[in-house]
This record gives sequence, C-alpha cells and structure tokens, in this order.
Amino acid sequence: MRFSDQNGKMSEIKKKIQSVLPGGAWNPPYDTSYLPPEHSDVVIVGGGVIGLSVAYWLKRLEKPRGAIRVLVVERDHTYSQASTALSVGGIRQQFSVPENIQLSLFSVEFLRNINEYLAVVDDPPLDIQFNPSGYLLLASEKGAAVMESNVKVQRQEGAKVCLMSPEQLRNKFPWINTEGVALASYGMEYEGWFDPWCLLQGLRRKVQSMGVLFCHGEVTRFVSSSSHTETTSGEEVTLKRIHEVHVKIDRSLEYQPVECALVINAAGAWSGQIAELAGVGKGPPGTLQGTKLPVERRKRYVYLWHCPQGPGLETPFVVDASGAYFRREGLGNNYLGGCSPTEEEEPDPGNLEVDHDFFQDKVWPPLAQRVPAFETLKVRSAWAGYYDYNTFDQNGVVGPHPLVVNMYFATGFSGHGLQQAPAVGRAVAEMVLDGHFQTINLNPFHFSRFYLGEKVQEHNII
Amino acid sequence: MAAPRAPLHLVMPVWNRGTRGIRGLSRAVALEGSQKKGRSLLQFLADRFYDVQALREYLLQKQVLKVHQKNRPFTYIKERFGPHAAGAYFILKQGGAVKFQGKEWIRSDAHGHFSLDFLKFQAVPVEAVNASGCAINYQGLDSLLALKELRSLWLQRCPHVDDWCLGRLHPLANSLQELSLAGCPRISERGLASLHHLQNLRRLDISDLHAVSNPGLTRILVEEMLPSCQVLGADWAQGLPSGPDEQSQDKASPIPA
Repeated sequence: MRFSDQNGKMSEIKKKIQSVLPGGAWNPPYDTSYLPPEHSDVVIVGGGVIGLSVAYWLKRLEKPRGAIRVLVVERDHTYSQASTALSVGGIRQQFSVPENIQLSLFSVEFLRNINEYLAVVDDPPLDIQFNPSGYLLLASEKGAAVMESNVKVQRQEGAKVCLMSPEQLRNKFPWINTEGVALASYGMEYEGWFDPWCLLQGLRRKVQSMGVLFCHGEVTRFVSSSSHTETTSGEEVTLKRIHEVHVKIDRSLEYQPVECALVINAAGAWSGQIAELAGVGKGPPGTLQGTKLPVERRKRYVYLWHCPQGPGLETPFVVDASGAYFRREGLGNNYLGGCSPTEEEEPDPGNLEVDHDFFQDKVWPPLAQRVPAFETLKVRSAWAGYYDYNTFDQNGVVGPHPLVVNMYFATGFSGHGLQQAPAVGRAVAEMVLDGHFQTINLNPFHFSRFYLGEKVQEHNII
Repeated sequence: MAAPRAPLHLVMPVWNRGTRGIRGLSRAVALEGSQKKGRSLLQFLADRFYDVQALREYLLQKQVLKVHQKNRPFTYIKERFGPHAAGAYFILKQGGAVKFQGKEWIRSDAHGHFSLDFLKFQAVPVEAVNASGCAINYQGLDSLLALKELRSLWLQRCPHVDDWCLGRLHPLANSLQELSLAGCPRISERGLASLHHLQNLRRLDISDLHAVSNPGLTRILVEEMLPSCQVLGADWAQGLPSGPDEQSQDKASPIPA
C-alpha cells in the first residue's frame, strides 16, 4: 500500500492531533470568536448608554491600566427597542432632588468636552448636535409655590435658571398663550437637547478602544452561592454571591458560563427581569428578601408634526403644566412632542405600536391651547419607546443590593437616564473601585429605600 | 533542522526559538522575509505599535492642554485692577485688540508684546473687543462676560468658538450691539438659536459658517428671531468672500429655497 500525502490531508490530521495534545497552541477545529470569554471581572448586563458609561468610567478610573476585564452583554446590537436610541434627547437641570441636579450638571459638562473624554486617535471628532435652547417649564396656580422652591434648590446647586411671570413670558415668546400660567422657569444655559445615538456610538467606539469586550447575547441564568450570617439582633440573613453568568447566544441554544466577580444591572426597561433571575425579591413580602426591584417597562409615545406657522428658532423645550411637552426639530418647522399618560391610561408595554388616538385626545388639545399656532398641524410620523419606570419614586437605583452582594444597580431612571448617564457611570465606577461615592453622593438612591419606605420623590418628571 | 523532521515543527518552532514574548515573534518572521540591509523605519515603528499609539495619545492631550492654558483666568489682575482691565489683558495676551471707551484701539505687536498702560484705566469700561483668530474657548469667555458694557464683539475665524459658547453670551444682552461670527468653523444653526437673548443687537454677521447646514434658510429664521437686527452674510452667493459689495446686491436677488 502506497502511503501518499493527498492534498495536505495528512498535515491536517497532524494539526488536529497537535491541537489536542498538551504543549501546543490551541487551534480549535471550529471558530468560537462569537462566544464571550470564560472569565471576566465585571459583567455589565445591558449595552445602552448607562452600561457603556459604566464600562467607560471603570476603564478610565482603574489603577493600574488594564487591571480590570469588563464584558458588556447586549441582547440587541441594532438597539431597536433600547430607550437610548428612541429618546427625545433632552437634558435639563430643572429637577427637585439636589442629587439629580448634580448628576445632570456633570453630564452636560461631559457632553461639552466630549471630544476630550471620548477621543480615539485617528477617528473623526464627535458632533452630538447640541441645541443650547433651554427648557421652559410652565406652572399653574397650584404648582407655582413648588416651582419657586425647586428653582431655589437648582440655583443653589449652580444651575442657571430664571423665573418668569406671564407678562415677561409674553414679551419673550409671543406665540405662547399664557392663560392659566402663573409662573414659568426657564433654563438659560446648559440645557437643551442633543443626538443620543451619536453619544452611544461615541461611547461604544471609545470603550472598544480601551479594551472592553462585547458579547451579543442574553443573560439567562445566574449561578450563585449563599452564606448565612446573623445580624446583631439575632436574625438569620442569607447573603448571596453570583459566581457565574450564563450568556445565551442570539438565535441559538448555545450558552457560555462566564465566571465573574461583579454584575452590573444596567438593563434599562428589563432590569426587573434580570433582578428576578438573580434572586432579588424571592422571599416573604414585607421583608428585605422579599423586596423586588420596582422597575418596570412603561411605553411612551413621541409624535413628529409639521406646523408652518409654528414658533421660531428660539423655541425652548416647552413643558406645559398639564404634562404635555414639545420641542423644535431642525430648521423646517417640524416639532417633536408627547405627553406622559396618567396611571389609568397606561398603554400595554408588550410591543412598541403607536396609538395615534392618544395624540388626538391627550397631546394635541393642551398643546393647541398653549400655542395657538398649533391648531393647524399635520402629524408626519410617530414612534414609541420604553421608560425604565421606577414605580416607587421615579428616581434611579444606584448601588449594590444589600443581600445579593455583588450585584450593582444602575437603572430605574424613569425617563431621565440619558441625561444622567455619564455621571451615573462615574458614580458606579467609584462605588466598584473605591467602595464609596467620591464626587456625587448617591446614597439616597440605594436599593434599601424600597424596604425602608423612604421615598426620594422627584416632582419634575416629564 | 533536518528535512524529514520539518513538518512536525509547523506549530512549535515559532514559539521555541528563544523569542521574548509577542514582540519576538514579528522579529522572527521579519528576519526570515526581509533580508535587505536593515529594517525600514516603518518596520521599526510597527514593531512598537502600542508605544507609538501611547505617544500619539499623549501628543493629542498636550494640544488640548495648550488651548486650556491659553484660556486660563487672570484672577490676580481681576482683583487688583478690576474686571475690565483683566478682560483687556486676556484678549491682548491671546493676540486680539481692545478698545476702551473714549480711547484708541490697543493691540499687541507681532511678537505678542503690548504696553501695560491700560492698567491705569481703572473704571473705564471696555467698549469693543476684536478677538478674531484667537484661541478663545468656553472657559476663556469667563473673562469676556465680566465686561458689562461691551458694545461690539468680533469673533471672526476663532477655531474653538462653538455652539456652547454662544449659549453663554446672554449676560451681555444689555449692552451688546454688534456681534461678528464670520468664518468660525464650529458654529451651527443650533448655536445661533440661542442668540435671541441679545435683544439689543443691531448688527450680526453670520457669513461663511461652514457647519451651518442651510445658510439661506438659517438667515431667514435668524432675521425673524431678531427683528430689529441687521443680519449680514449667508445668502445665495455662499462661495464668494464677504465684502462691502455684498450689501448692495442684497435687495434684488431672491433667496433660493
């Protein structure tokens, strides 16, 4: 029998044997580059603006360089349902809680210097298309006192906000009908709107250049271990520690167990489900073990319309006392707007279908009453997006869970997550690396407030 | 290596040939291939890719720091001589020109030197500032915003003045009558929207703004926004340089859609 090497088959077989024997280089017979790594120090669940911001600050604040391995797990790389991409993109400092104002001030400074923070050698600079037109919040008689005290707090924190009477409002913006308006607060600087997609792509690009790994998959399981301790009053407490995250690859049954030290829950509208997977809220109600993460998906509509005689170039982001809002979009007299529904009218968050009757019944009447030019308008398009709505007090949850000790939350911002993302990312990175907040103190946003019942109520929710 | 044993060394020898880690690999491969006299500069740099990358990032950071240094505030001069003198010093240091009320224009010479006589004018306000071509940015505007009686401000061809800076000009609303932003590469129509605070503005020059997407339409909207202001520039003849003959052509021709 003549043994001849036909077309390199012999060398192939030799290669396969060598790859299996110890001491050789690992050349697997099939390509596994789509799988996440087997070990990662930090796993961030959710690749939206909050998750990427946490990844950026972790890599920026780590000492020494390259010390921490970070993996970002994102289920949908087209971001078709992500709140970031569907957001209206506004940023303001007109909040009632001082921590929210500080978060927003830092974030707007980050956006101003975005090309210094997110610069990548050889890539073009980012243009987030910021419109510095400010926010105009209108208040009726009932809300005037609250608005005044809010503006006082905002001014103390350093926001440049001024109060206007109906007379001044008419002089400045003649297209407003000031009937029913008792007071207005107008942000003069550092408020406006920008392009959230550009921020997302900029963060992605920078974070990839810093060495963060991305995985296109879904988290399906957490493998954790528990330990029992006793509190000072003699109660038994079970502390859990997550050891592995099972990441299921998109459109396949294959999953990869990723061994991790920390998990950051930045899954936005789906954070509640991720928290349940980790065992948050599994216990008798009324106890700390039984306190669930009160973040759920809420659908919000945004409509784009054209009004030829509408307000001019100086139009700020106007928020009416009734909750309806609108802003200009571009140069062609197009306007974006919407309204948050009341609790009874909440639409079903199962899909992102738009209800056009909602515009006719709930958005158009208050806006047409406030801006008479809007009586003639034509809706061009509409879309819907999710709020990661915190049903407890409509403010974010930041920090570790008291019982599942290595899960950190950065979610529940109820519609103002985009404008606080850079600052929240830095706060979470400080918490992870130093154990406490260093620049902005977000202790009021800890998870334990849900169990203790201490609401940090934000009044200016749009 | 003897020939019969050569195939078995397919995977092994590249690792075993006394190489010092990853860098040694490329050297091993390179020595095989390029037998020319010495390696070229490109090969040298390519071997040290991450070092070159770090050096480039450092140089980028240094450029940014240079602009920051130019825009630092002069607090000592402000405390000792007042905000007007501090603002004037800042502009002159950047290479611009300043005009005090009732005096002549002061500017620095070719070497960047200027006389410090103006420090004697304690209470005389600054009337006009010409900061064309200066590296003034958002921080540097601090010094300018303290000049409460500024009448005209020229920021032509400033490379770091962008939309954020325009949003900051509202403290000058009471006095500012003339503003020129011609040729600034970073200003777009979004920044121009924040000029509506400047109600006393009488002359506004927005010619030659490359970042503005639709100059003709922008000019119409700005004219509507500031009814008592004369807006120059940005009409149909976009490629032509702005000059005195442009005003006479203003009346007759239509603005394209």
